Amino acid sequence: MSAGATQAYGTGRAPRGNLLAGPEPDVAGDAGHAQHPPRVGFFTDTSVCIGCKACEVACKEWNAIPARDGAASDEGAFTGMSYDNTGGLGADTWRHVAFIEQNKPLGLAQADVAHGAVDVLALAAQGSGTPPEQAAITPTTPPDRAHGHGAAPAAPYGPPEPDGRTELRWLMASDVCKHCTHAACLDVCPTGSLFRTEFGTVVVQEDICNGCGYCVPACPYGVIEQRAGDGRAFKCTLCYDRLGAGQEPACAKACPTDSIQFGPLDELRERAEARVAQLRDAGVADARLYGHDPEDGVGGDGAFFLLLDEPEVYGLPPDPVVTTRDLPDMWRHAGAAALALLGGAAALFAAHGSAGRRRPGGPARLLGLLGAPVSKGGHAR
Amino acid sequence: MSGRGNRRSRPAAPEPQEIQETRGAGPGSGSGAGSGSGSGADTKGRTGVNSRSGAAGSGTGAGHGERRPYAETYGNPARERSRGSVSDVTTDGVHGRRPDRAALVGGQDLRPDGARHGGGGRHRRQRGRRGRGGEPTVVPEARFEPAPASASPDGSGTSYYGRPILNRPSWSQWDIGGYFFLGGLAGAGSVLAAAAELTRRPRMARALKTTSTAAIAGSAAALIHDLGRPARFANMLRVCKPTSPMSVGSWLLAGYGPLTGAAAVSDLTGLLPRAGRTATVGAALLGPAVAAYTAVLAADTAVPGWHEGYRELPFVFTGSAATAAAGAALVAAPAAEAGPARSVALAGAGLETAAMTAMQRRLGLVAEVYRSGRAGRLLRTAQTLSAAGAAGAAASALLPRRGAGRGAGRAVAAVSGLALLASSACTRLGVFHAGLRSAEDPKYTVLPQRERLREREERRAREERPRGDG
Amino acid sequence: MGVRTWLGSWPVRRQLTGDDPLGRGAAAESAHTRSLRPRTDTADRVVKSVCPYCAVGCAQNVYVSGGRVVQIEGDPDSPVSRGRLCPKGSATLQLTTGDARRHEVLYRRPYGTEWERLDLDTALDMVVERVVRTRRETWQWEQDGLPVNRTLGLAALGGAALDNEENYLIKKLLTGLGVVQVENQARVCHSSTVAGLGTSFGRGGATTFLQDLQNSDCIVIEGSNFAEAHPVGFQWVMEAKARGAKVIHVDPRFTRTSALADLYVPIRAGTDIAFLGGIVNHVLSTGSDFREYVLDYTNAATIVGEDFRDTEDLDGVFSGLDPETGHYDMTSWQYEGCGTVQSAAGERDALFEERTRGGRTTAAAGRAEAYGSGGAALADESASHQDRSLQHPRCVYQILKRHYARYTPELVEEVCGIPRDTFEEVCRTLVENSGRERTTEFCYAVGWTQHTVGAQYIRTACVLQLLLGNIGRPGGGIQALRGHASIQGSSDIPTLFNLLPGYIPMPHAHRNEDLDTFVEGVRTEKGYWGNMRAYVVSLLKSYFGEAATAENDFCFGHLPRLTGSHSTYETVLAQLDGVCRGYFLFGENPAVGSANSRLQRLGMANLEWLVVRDFSLIESATWWKDGPEVENGELRTEDIGTEVFFFPAASHTEKAGSFTNTNRMLQWHYPAKEPDGEARSDLWFVYHLGRRLKERLAGSADPMDRAFADLTWDYPTEGALEEPVAESVLAEINGRGPDGAPLSRYQELKDDGSTRCGCWIYCGVYADGVNQAARKKPHTEQDWIAAEWAWSWPANRRILYNRASADPDGAPWSDRKALVWWDPDKGGDGGGRWTGHDVPDFIADRPPSFRPEPGATGPDALSGIDPFIMQADGKGWLFAPAGLLDGPLPTHYEPQDSPVRNPLHPGQQRSPVRQLFSREGNRYHPDGTGPGAAVFPYVVTTYRLTEHFTAGGMTRWQPYLAELQPEFFCEVSPQLAAERGLEHTGWATVVTARGAVEARVLVTERMTPLRVAGRTVHQIGLPYHWGRNGFATGDSANELTSVALDPNVHIQEVKALSADIRAGRRPRGPDLPRLLADYRERAGISAETGMEVRG
Repeated sequence: MSAGATQAYGTGRAPRGNLLAGPEPDVAGDAGHAQHPPRVGFFTDTSVCIGCKACEVACKEWNAIPARDGAASDEGAFTGMSYDNTGGLGADTWRHVAFIEQNKPLGLAQADVAHGAVDVLALAAQGSGTPPEQAAITPTTPPDRAHGHGAAPAAPYGPPEPDGRTELRWLMASDVCKHCTHAACLDVCPTGSLFRTEFGTVVVQEDICNGCGYCVPACPYGVIEQRAGDGRAFKCTLCYDRLGAGQEPACAKACPTDSIQFGPLDELRERAEARVAQLRDAGVADARLYGHDPEDGVGGDGAFFLLLDEPEVYGLPPDPVVTTRDLPDMWRHAGAAALALLGGAAALFAAHGSAGRRRPGGPARLLGLLGAPVSKGGHAR
Repeated sequence: MSGRGNRRSRPAAPEPQEIQETRGAGPGSGSGAGSGSGSGADTKGRTGVNSRSGAAGSGTGAGHGERRPYAETYGNPARERSRGSVSDVTTDGVHGRRPDRAALVGGQDLRPDGARHGGGGRHRRQRGRRGRGGEPTVVPEARFEPAPASASPDGSGTSYYGRPILNRPSWSQWDIGGYFFLGGLAGAGSVLAAAAELTRRPRMARALKTTSTAAIAGSAAALIHDLGRPARFANMLRVCKPTSPMSVGSWLLAGYGPLTGAAAVSDLTGLLPRAGRTATVGAALLGPAVAAYTAVLAADTAVPGWHEGYRELPFVFTGSAATAAAGAALVAAPAAEAGPARSVALAGAGLETAAMTAMQRRLGLVAEVYRSGRAGRLLRTAQTLSAAGAAGAAASALLPRRGAGRGAGRAVAAVSGLALLASSACTRLGVFHAGLRSAEDPKYTVLPQRERLREREERRAREERPRGDG
Repeated sequence: MGVRTWLGSWPVRRQLTGDDPLGRGAAAESAHTRSLRPRTDTADRVVKSVCPYCAVGCAQNVYVSGGRVVQIEGDPDSPVSRGRLCPKGSATLQLTTGDARRHEVLYRRPYGTEWERLDLDTALDMVVERVVRTRRETWQWEQDGLPVNRTLGLAALGGAALDNEENYLIKKLLTGLGVVQVENQARVCHSSTVAGLGTSFGRGGATTFLQDLQNSDCIVIEGSNFAEAHPVGFQWVMEAKARGAKVIHVDPRFTRTSALADLYVPIRAGTDIAFLGGIVNHVLSTGSDFREYVLDYTNAATIVGEDFRDTEDLDGVFSGLDPETGHYDMTSWQYEGCGTVQSAAGERDALFEERTRGGRTTAAAGRAEAYGSGGAALADESASHQDRSLQHPRCVYQILKRHYARYTPELVEEVCGIPRDTFEEVCRTLVENSGRERTTEFCYAVGWTQHTVGAQYIRTACVLQLLLGNIGRPGGGIQALRGHASIQGSSDIPTLFNLLPGYIPMPHAHRNEDLDTFVEGVRTEKGYWGNMRAYVVSLLKSYFGEAATAENDFCFGHLPRLTGSHSTYETVLAQLDGVCRGYFLFGENPAVGSANSRLQRLGMANLEWLVVRDFSLIESATWWKDGPEVENGELRTEDIGTEVFFFPAASHTEKAGSFTNTNRMLQWHYPAKEPDGEARSDLWFVYHLGRRLKERLAGSADPMDRAFADLTWDYPTEGALEEPVAESVLAEINGRGPDGAPLSRYQELKDDGSTRCGCWIYCGVYADGVNQAARKKPHTEQDWIAAEWAWSWPANRRILYNRASADPDGAPWSDRKALVWWDPDKGGDGGGRWTGHDVPDFIADRPPSFRPEPGATGPDALSGIDPFIMQADGKGWLFAPAGLLDGPLPTHYEPQDSPVRNPLHPGQQRSPVRQLFSREGNRYHPDGTGPGAAVFPYVVTTYRLTEHFTAGGMTRWQPYLAELQPEFFCEVSPQLAAERGLEHTGWATVVTARGAVEARVLVTERMTPLRVAGRTVHQIGLPYHWGRNGFATGDSANELTSVALDPNVHIQEVKALSADIRAGRRPRGPDLPRLLADYRERAGISAETGMEVRG
């Protein structure tokens, strides 16, 4: 696959080896950290996540991140996105647990029965199919509502299978900053506030950030964000301060089922591959790694995941690419455009020649408009 | 891949490859190694990390619990022992421990072997169902349920509850849009100013130097105003990063600003004419860069509407910049000197339009954001205005310079100049909003990437086929 | 800063000179960044503590800087939590240091509309004044001619989140004052566990410990949402899963636990007995029971008296039912020919008359009688009372077989809505993973306990686990998952009306009852309950000290007497009736957390005074100004005469003490700092309240003050706040010998008054004067049992009844399930000894071959094959001849409010002896087929979420937790949503005869409609955390629930009830009562509805 990837990402284009894209074995070293410790990161194994959100709280407690302000009961506090009332990563959410309810078996845990295509709308419209006298629809139910309308949220939900199994699975996944090998946020930061630490992680220096906001659109994962009222950009620091004292990040430490695993990246990658092999072997064919591959668009993530479905289901981009991979090419094009401006303008002015002379009349003026050379003194004689 | 292979075979590798009844090698070894000072247990939190990970400080966490390579750690108990746990409590202790992270989730079928069709069978059947359309592949079923409300009307189904993949840039349209526009106006202005000066069009030159100075000042002001912490704008010059268009731009402005300013001052006051001339030329040389780099600034993001068009965007910007500068010239310069400005206006408008068209062709699906909504309206306006402006400019050239028509000519030129300026501004705002829109709707992020993956798969398939045959 | 240095530190310069030309790393680092150090590293000290939320008992490190708590994290040394914390545990920093906590005393004068400030001293004196006054006014010497010497005018509720030391002082002080209405969360939470497990095995606690889950081959989680309510404990389920254990989750809802299970079994709420009974039937009918185990370790072979009649014979009821009073006469359930056997737990006074001949017998006579044929007969396995062939028609085994014969897969399907295939899969998995080679563990929580037949739910699991031979063995047992930091402790050292410390029953009022007759009444002839007198005397000595002498019966007469039940619910009724006038709330929020919270509030509105001790202004403290009744006009603040005192409480980081976790493990937590402002520990409050009362009543000649005068109340204090030394209380709990030295084991206790012990089962926690609960040896330096981490009762045993892990001859049942075994030559004296991984739960040197002399009593009467050393016959009880008021065997009855007619006993809808209180505001629903039943067609079940904690007092005020589950919501299936027109994220109103609440709608297929008894039954899920105060607000699910109790333990039924649901928000103001009246009218509900004993 490396061949395809190299081709796809043209790592050759990048100056100084792989500083902009493609595999980069020694990120910290390339960032000028001599004698640095091994690169560390997260392996988030979503297959053992119980969705307790300890990571979210432990993170906020350690980093003193402001809670969502305002009384909870205001509109929108309750999102209806299963048990997720956080929404996504941002300035005030550095760990986010996603909840996805699916009408699909989880490996062998659910029945081995095809539930086929269910006519959702029919199912919803028909309700429970209980005869009225049994369903006992009391006068409290407006007749017009007894059928149909309220079923708006009807999912492609099948009825319980004949053997009672519902082919239901509930995916939970704790998302976090990916600490990319090639981090766009860091590349585009004009102040050096975002920097690569000796652990190979990417951290915002709050004493430097001037809130230019460039990192926000640069991140292909939608992680970093400017905090309203503060102006600066914030994101997961992989608990940089704790690492320095030999302590693991708060989220990983709290995680009750070890779904969030912290450690040297190469170790984690090995562990992850063994884990995927195990799950596949056990019949969980959906298991796949995400962000573990140094050949991918961001040169591999420092925080990667074991997913049980397509990345976008969890709100992750299926094939993220660090924008600066194309930066050299961008500069080339910009250069060309700049030269075009300079040359074009020069040419046109030259064509018009110096001002302050008697100008040709009639048709010649039209030519002049188009910058066609007008022979001097042609009409003089 | 091979790299990891080697690593496994390295003698140093085994230690990390052990599992521990405590938190596993990962945490402690990482943090221990990380600290470089983590070894030894102090009475504080670190004891935690240490005792959890075995010895911190070494990269390996030699620790408690039996040693087993990962593959074994992550075995499949369901196979290793047909029923029951693989762990035994014998008279001399517990054997067969495994860390909870190795839990086989959804990995076990409780039915006796007879009844088990095997995971493979199931998943084959599933794919079969997919084939039957029971389960779409790109948009998995039940993913956005139960919350159709929260899914955006057209983007629903392409991400987690239809929410954006990218975070929305917090840039304000007036600040950043204005920054783009003014930067272009200034940059191109300096070029025209120098050209005017060299072709003895002093009034046009003076006018353009003045506008450029004003514009670049405004541009910088807008940039600073957009900062979350304006007081820290000086940090822009803290580092010099070729990977950051904004950093490059800051340095560029730092050089260009003073030059164009000096040129203007010397021209207006008549002081130091030679230095003024040098500054004018210098500004003219930096000007095009100032006009063009903002395109890179926009393109060097994950915003599909900007990034995917990075090849054409610079031409859109410089074209638009030329249009704007020419417009300014038409407004400010006397008809006698305006000839080249008219030409530049036409050429700029033409370049802008051509580049924009090419870019939208390349963008494919994402091009929608340039055609529809607010961005669409702005860009159509820009088109109209530049067309009108260019026509006006041309017309003004044909109008008589003497007699009754004289004032009219001047007026037409001025009006078309303003139209061209407005057009350029609309273009920048349009591009700005197109970008926002493409960031807000996940489909512009997900679908092209899915397409890219599919193509790569196909390419790989093509590459592997021959080998397969041989 | 000079230009030179500035230039030197200019990153651009570093870019040009250093290794980071692109300025993306080292060059860009700022000085501030380089100086970063984590506050966990710079802290002055790290204090060892324990998480104050659920009962997993996760150890915490509290980091203190400059006298402030700056961080709280998991302590990796703990063998239970291994350093991990759930979201609540992770939020303890916000809990303890957040600005939601109050630090000043508040006072609401009668009819007042606002809070007023009051200083701590004055407030405390005012409380003293009121206690004395109310006690005087409401004192009772007699009731119905029986001596009671007590007051019903005072009551206390709370304690499950308190330290054992605090509970001990509360119980001691209030008992000394003659207060019997002393209750805590354990009543409404897990009281049925004590009765269920206690009567079956002898002790009321979980039989195993969390880490042992890792050794299970199969784990059945039922009646519990393990992953959500005990996330950190769940790591051990995952550990087991990693080794191939099968995990089955049986629950009305597909929860976060189900998501991780191998098999999820949807079940109709309130039908678990039918489900488990079905499995029992499967085991018996297929002969899959672990025969050797069953034969020797259970009472399967024991023969039951001729008078016994089963529910199968009497159309749904057992013999002895009085249809008038709705009570059973239990005599007909007794074993054949052995007088009246006593249970180790449960209602032990029930047989008082029989056992003591009405208490008229002298002590000696009583003893002799108890020793009679009955007592002794139990000791030997003479064929007259046992049939080891298990063929005798009246032997327990056969009775059991007949009793469950009708619990077929078909019936299970009809009752529970569980399809046959699924059910049979469960049976197969269970049987396959039980026996010699494999063990299965059951995990349950309040999904089982909170029913009108709650104790019987747990009994069914006990019966099943005994049949499968899973008790006392590694990876086996029954895990009772308790929900509060010390709720196990608050049952062990009970703030419960019916218990004294160590599960000694509170004396009921009887004529001429002295200490000996009391003991005769409640002791067992055999096993360690045979030493009841030693336990009681030692307790009385630690209560009354020198005043307690053999001559005055060790002040036994000082103890106030019970007349029936005085549970928290009876207390509320007593408040409504004006009997109870003063009320203490210690960290409890009944206005949200207790069933029928409206009654709770009306009760409080009828009090003279109320004392609330908590962190923040919970609903139970502010109902008088912003409660629902005030909103809808039922009450006017100006008309409410209740005086309210709010005392800010200290947090676990501000006091020393011990929590007892869900597995009987006492863990000590140290104070990190003194509480701020006027916040004080409950230990401080109770001690100083008692001290001032002593001063106030000093020298009182009034006989009603005699007991209180004799009460010992001298504890050393420390610090500026005069905080009592918690360890001195622990030492008193542990007990002292004649020489004043700390006792080391309860076997040392004497019945002659020479020893003192505040709680006999905790004897040994302070052995050698060392606080054993404070042991913190890292688990990484111990084996998997980690016996040197803290201390478990009894005698630091982690797995109870572990004698049963060895076969009758003392050898492990199998190589892979060895826990404790007999080592013939280990004993010092040449004899053998019990040894193994855990502390043997048996007499260490008693060989398997030992058979007691006829006539032996107490421990001496235990044979070498009696693993259940607390039991009257040393066996696990498949059949409970005593202890439970609602039958010797579990039977399926429908919940009090159920939309379904009982398919098993069409003639007996509900338990005939359930405890009901039909009165205004607490009406019941018509049953399944009754007229009007259709008005409440759906099943409601209430539960917890990971993100919140019970009544929310410790989570709704924490922004980090509140934002995770901001609003009260209900979970419904798409089908029900369609049927009722409910819109996702819209509002729905859930209605019962008691109340109506509005909730956001979460439409999810995790709620499955079930086919039950030929119709579709929809279930509605309601998390019950919310109230009107705090950050996350909403209606409280308990507005809907009714007070319908289990007769054994008076626990409320809130896990299964019927209700209606409709789209839209609930009416406001007077419209709300009108809506409820309309519903009651349409359902034809009267005072008699649902009250039948029979039918």
